[in-house]
Amino acid sequence: MQGNIASAEGALAAGCTFFGGYPITPSTEVAEHMAARMPKIKGSCFIQMEDEIASMAAIIGAAWTGARSMTATSGPGFSLMMENIGYAVMTETPCVLVNIQRGGPSTGQPTMGAQGDMMQVRFGSHGDYSIIALCPSSVQECFDLTAKAFNLADRFRTPVFLMADEVIGHMREKLEIPDSVEIVRPKTLPEGMLPFTPGPDGVPGFAPFGTGRYTHVTGLTHDERGYPDTTNPARHDALVRRLVSKIEDARHEIADYTIVNEDAEYVFVCYGAPVRTVKEVVDKRKVPKTGYLQLRIVWPFPEELLKRFPKCRAFIVPEMNLGMIVREVGRHVKIPVIPVSRIGGELHTPEDLIEAVKIAESTT
Amino acid sequence: MRDEWFRADRLPHIYCAGCGNGTIVNCVLEAVSMTGWDRKNTVFLSGIGCSSRAPGYILTDSLHTTHGRAIAFATGVKMADPSLHVVVFTGDGDLAAIGGNHFIHACRRNIDLTVVCMNNHIYGMTGGQGSPTTPLGKTSTTTPYGASETPFDLVDLAVAAGANYVARWTSFHVKQLTEAVLNGLNTPGFSLIEVRCQCPTSYGRRNKYREPVDYITHLKAHAILKDKWESMEKSGQDMPADSFPVGEFVRRARPVMGVPDEA
Amino acid sequence: MRHEVRFSGFGGQGIILSAVILGRAAALYDDKHVVQTQVYGPEARGGASMSAVIIDDEPILYPKVRDPDTYVIMSQQGFEKYGSNPRKDAVMLLDSDLVHDRPSCPWVGIAATGVAKKELGREIVANIIMLGALSSATPVISGKALEKAILDSVPKGTEELNLKAMKRGQELGSAGGSS
Repeated sequence: MQGNIASAEGALAAGCTFFGGYPITPSTEVAEHMAARMPKIKGSCFIQMEDEIASMAAIIGAAWTGARSMTATSGPGFSLMMENIGYAVMTETPCVLVNIQRGGPSTGQPTMGAQGDMMQVRFGSHGDYSIIALCPSSVQECFDLTAKAFNLADRFRTPVFLMADEVIGHMREKLEIPDSVEIVRPKTLPEGMLPFTPGPDGVPGFAPFGTGRYTHVTGLTHDERGYPDTTNPARHDALVRRLVSKIEDARHEIADYTIVNEDAEYVFVCYGAPVRTVKEVVDKRKVPKTGYLQLRIVWPFPEELLKRFPKCRAFIVPEMNLGMIVREVGRHVKIPVIPVSRIGGELHTPEDLIEAVKIAESTT
Repeated sequence: MRDEWFRADRLPHIYCAGCGNGTIVNCVLEAVSMTGWDRKNTVFLSGIGCSSRAPGYILTDSLHTTHGRAIAFATGVKMADPSLHVVVFTGDGDLAAIGGNHFIHACRRNIDLTVVCMNNHIYGMTGGQGSPTTPLGKTSTTTPYGASETPFDLVDLAVAAGANYVARWTSFHVKQLTEAVLNGLNTPGFSLIEVRCQCPTSYGRRNKYREPVDYITHLKAHAILKDKWESMEKSGQDMPADSFPVGEFVRRARPVMGVPDEA
Repeated sequence: MRHEVRFSGFGGQGIILSAVILGRAAALYDDKHVVQTQVYGPEARGGASMSAVIIDDEPILYPKVRDPDTYVIMSQQGFEKYGSNPRKDAVMLLDSDLVHDRPSCPWVGIAATGVAKKELGREIVANIIMLGALSSATPVISGKALEKAILDSVPKGTEELNLKAMKRGQELGSAGGSS
């Protein structure tokens, strides 16, 4: 099965009942699969919107009726969604976006893989905020992480992103579909509690439309009733800090990763398609002194994990961009951090990474 | 009845003295209270602008969204839960400029929404810039020498794009407006009710309608009932300057989306 | 045993479908680990398209085919772009009607497009003829697994035609092909 289809199936397994989308290469198979499957599932809705701005708007609207909702896009479509991604963050709307990354900027390379949206997903809408981003490196992870994304979205009441890439999205390999997946819905808003009063974890209870709580939802800075209050500096400060900290404070608890060879001196930090090459080099070819940290959740960035390699002399970060997460790694450590950048659509070869290890050895 | 739908704890509201929006909100709530709808199952949405603050004053679930996108959000609400009644407040800039594409596609889909557009020919909230409905020659901060672009006719647009119910009134025609909104609420499919209204602060001040009553008087004097308008057109009469037709322009039963299954 | 198979031809020949069928046959019916990838451009028809399959007894980590041991080439442009520099011990199946050059490695010419057109009346099954030949001329896939995967993958009502194409390909493949 193809990665894109596995992602759609993961969403359906998680109980996604609303999909709003717009065709764009290389994510289109997600929408096509939902269009085929959802009309046959009672209470589900697939709708092809007029553009990606509308797709993002529609899934937020659907989420406020209590539905698990999702969209999928790539490149330019992701840029168009930025406005309403900010709205989903500010209004604490749980929803899932699948981004099958392709080469950019602009229309770039529609049919080729990339990881160039890793900073856009974190910072792309205006203002301060935080999000959760998952990165699959196999068809199985496309399924598993999409299903998981819905639970994280509900738990933290935030948009959650499956940041896949064309390589994984269009790759076919064996997928094992479990009988059921874990489903954790949002906490309900306790009786007598205001709709935006946070719980102890910083996340308010959820009262979807139609439940008689008369919630006013606005993208403006608002009080705990949800009413606009746009000129009070303390109000804005408290709200935005809470939106960030409810996610950042949980970063180590929700971290999803694999560590191999804690004694390694040269440690790859990797996510998405390049994980495959890293595994080839470390697991299969057993290049001496190497190990890796595979991140399945890249944002929020779990920097404590970098300390799990006490003998590490250099971190090597292979990415299909000109160096994005390598900056985040570099921010947290005092040893050399070496980017291995590949753009153009081709995945790093094992030789690329072995060469990087040699460079690391000669410079440290 | 109408008062039950008000969020009293939100007062004072942001509207200027003499603004037409309050009248329109009143008419809409009057119509909604006549439907017998449960407040619990009624959702108001809006985009950005003065018009779009309206849902914040109504005691239902409500979504105050991004500029121009209210109808796209409403599409998600209505398609995900067709048992909800969904009403959208919008303005001329929100609906016809930044939201124009969402507007015509919602008409095409004929999704079961009622959209009330407060058309004051201006961007009021941002201080009086020209909009796609600013009449030719009228002054705004971005058309200081008079608007030079031909405006949109929102009613023609909705009819051509496929909406099931389309009407136009003004903030003067309170009774007719209330009835039109009620018809819109009761018609399955997409309903547009355009309401021409006064903005004394941003439009009136620059266009010789400084007092609220000046522009209401103008609206009353230049609104011509649709039937009369059509017969004038047929007989080849010259239409009086600044005049426009009001009434019900279409009520039909094209296939719709977003209504609950029969079962 | 590991095999890296590369398919190339022009858009519309079913190059990607061929790889999907081969991958399905190996994964589901020969119980192997399989990864299938492709490179494609904006054209749905024409152009040079490429798809690839790795078949292995062990899990496949690096997913891209870089040095194939087996080729299935169905157009001259595909040969030039994706088949002109094979390793010495590779085996190349080529559509002898459409590929004019011959490689430096062992090769088997299969007149797939001609046979599909003249004998089977449908040019579209040329790729299935090539897959049939692949199953008889190389150890990459068993005929049984291929047959099941073809039946899973082709449109309803075309099963008989496709099986006929597969069998014809197998005959051409075992006969050592043509020049």
